[in-house]
Amino acid sequence: MELREELKYSKSHEWVKEEDGEVTVGLTDYAQSELGDLVFVNLPEEGDEVTVGEAFGDVESVKAVSDVYSPVSGVVSEINEALLDAPESINEAPYDAWFIKVKEITDTEELLTAEEYEAWAEEEKNS
Amino acid sequence: MLVFEKSRPGRGTSVLPPCEVETVTLPKKDRREKKLHLPELSEGELGRHYSELAKKSHGVNDGFYPLGSCTMKYNPRIDEETANLPGFTEIHPLQPEETAQGCLKVLKFSETYLCEITGMDRMTFQPAAGAHGEFTGLLLIKTYHESRNDTKRTKIIVPDSAHGTNPASAAMAGYSVVSVPSGPDGCVNLEKLREAAGEDVAGLMLTNPNTVGLFDKNILEITKIIHECGGLCYYDGANLNAVMGTVRPGDMGFDVIHLNLHKTFATPHGGGGPGSGPVGCKQFLAEFLPSKLVEGEEVLTFRKPASSIGEMKSFYGNFQVVVKALTYILTLGREGIPEASRNAVLNANYMMFKLKDLYDMAYDQVCMHEFVMSLASLKKETGVSAMDIAKGLLDHGIHPPTMYFPLIVDEALMVEPTETESRETLDDAIEVFRSLYELARLNPESLHEAPVTTPVSRLDEVTAARHPVLRYRFEESL
Repeated sequence: MELREELKYSKSHEWVKEEDGEVTVGLTDYAQSELGDLVFVNLPEEGDEVTVGEAFGDVESVKAVSDVYSPVSGVVSEINEALLDAPESINEAPYDAWFIKVKEITDTEELLTAEEYEAWAEEEKNS
Repeated sequence: MLVFEKSRPGRGTSVLPPCEVETVTLPKKDRREKKLHLPELSEGELGRHYSELAKKSHGVNDGFYPLGSCTMKYNPRIDEETANLPGFTEIHPLQPEETAQGCLKVLKFSETYLCEITGMDRMTFQPAAGAHGEFTGLLLIKTYHESRNDTKRTKIIVPDSAHGTNPASAAMAGYSVVSVPSGPDGCVNLEKLREAAGEDVAGLMLTNPNTVGLFDKNILEITKIIHECGGLCYYDGANLNAVMGTVRPGDMGFDVIHLNLHKTFATPHGGGGPGSGPVGCKQFLAEFLPSKLVEGEEVLTFRKPASSIGEMKSFYGNFQVVVKALTYILTLGREGIPEASRNAVLNANYMMFKLKDLYDMAYDQVCMHEFVMSLASLKKETGVSAMDIAKGLLDHGIHPPTMYFPLIVDEALMVEPTETESRETLDDAIEVFRSLYELARLNPESLHEAPVTTPVSRLDEVTAARHPVLRYRFEESL
């Protein structure tokens, strides 16, 4: 599984990048490989509120639909519209295929470092 | 080859009888400007076309069909015979009630028997299938709360093992969905349910036996928790085939239910069915039902309930399907109905027992009418997934079980043999499952390529989903 040292990770398999009070969220490489080929993505709209631990969108593979959870509470400032037409980009380059950017952050869940996330994912894989 | 591609101008059939009534010419503004795209084939060509298509499909008449949660039981011929009686086919939905008393009687008897089986008081036959029934049931719940000026109830609780249609129907009815996790035993986690229950909860949607094929023994406690917070309990009848004639949803504490006549009551399922998803309810919800309810003893009449939610479908739903289901109920009778369920449970347990030394069972205990296997460890060891085993079954003339559902089981295969399969069929299928497991270990590559004996080999499902071709383009073909 590919990991980026500079990113943080949630236990529900989202990667998180924080820059000047704005948070970017995407799905990890481990998550996309477990889900398989993705064929649809649903995203919120700009201006929507997201809540820590609650689904803000979903991804669909040929197997199933899975929720994507928000690691922060705040307001969606931008969505990656390109994903809607090209869900395969999540499989191809998960760390470039961001889902949403969130501002006005009021709450953040406890996030993992790359190393901690790797251990978490390994544990989940073997459970 | 599509029927349109076989079409040649000028060919035709004598399938349609000549018109016996006066023809009317439409005013010019209402006429089509272009001719209809209808295929032109001789009767013989048409017959061959559909025979060819039939050979490429797999139905209950072709072979074993253990599609979990779908109850693909045999559809008795006698059901078709009664549904084709002229008294049921040569009628019009608008003809006077007194001239269609037999049809009203069918609806009345069906309502009486299905209410007896489910422990409900009244039933509507309008919904066309399961999800339509769910939506209808949720509108009953919603209207009930609104009728009491209880407007704070915005949530429907659904367990995480639920059929996908449950949260979808709740969302359609304008509710937000709260998902309650299952415990390690696959049943509802009572503690989490108590946390979720509150005065903003409109109701709970549940199947019992649940989607992992287990009877939730806490059911009375579950429905009590919901009732105590002021919510109502909705029973998804998807899995009724395990318990009909033995346990009644009404006695478990459910207020509203839907049935799938095309599953449990042996009417055709799939291929256009059509389906039928009657919704039953307790008396306190009956005045919200869609029309038409059959009333009366000697002379039967239709009545629209006073506070009806409105029409969910035109007229009386898929009436012919109800005739088939009623035939099934009368054929089996009071002894036959519970016996069918007992045999469904027996068949599932027989298969599970004969497979569990090889395949990992998600819940290793006595199951109800279906069981769920997890192929996670086989996949890890050999790379052969639930999908590969499912495709391998196709090469042996067996329809695959439900795959990757319920979502709480990794690499799931959900097997529901139904009661209408003989022991020989089950034994053959067990042998096939076992041989595929061995093949996965000896030659996993071959299973990645399965199926190889079917009219088409493995389909590219990803491209099909990403770039679906949804209609035939006439212009391009001409």
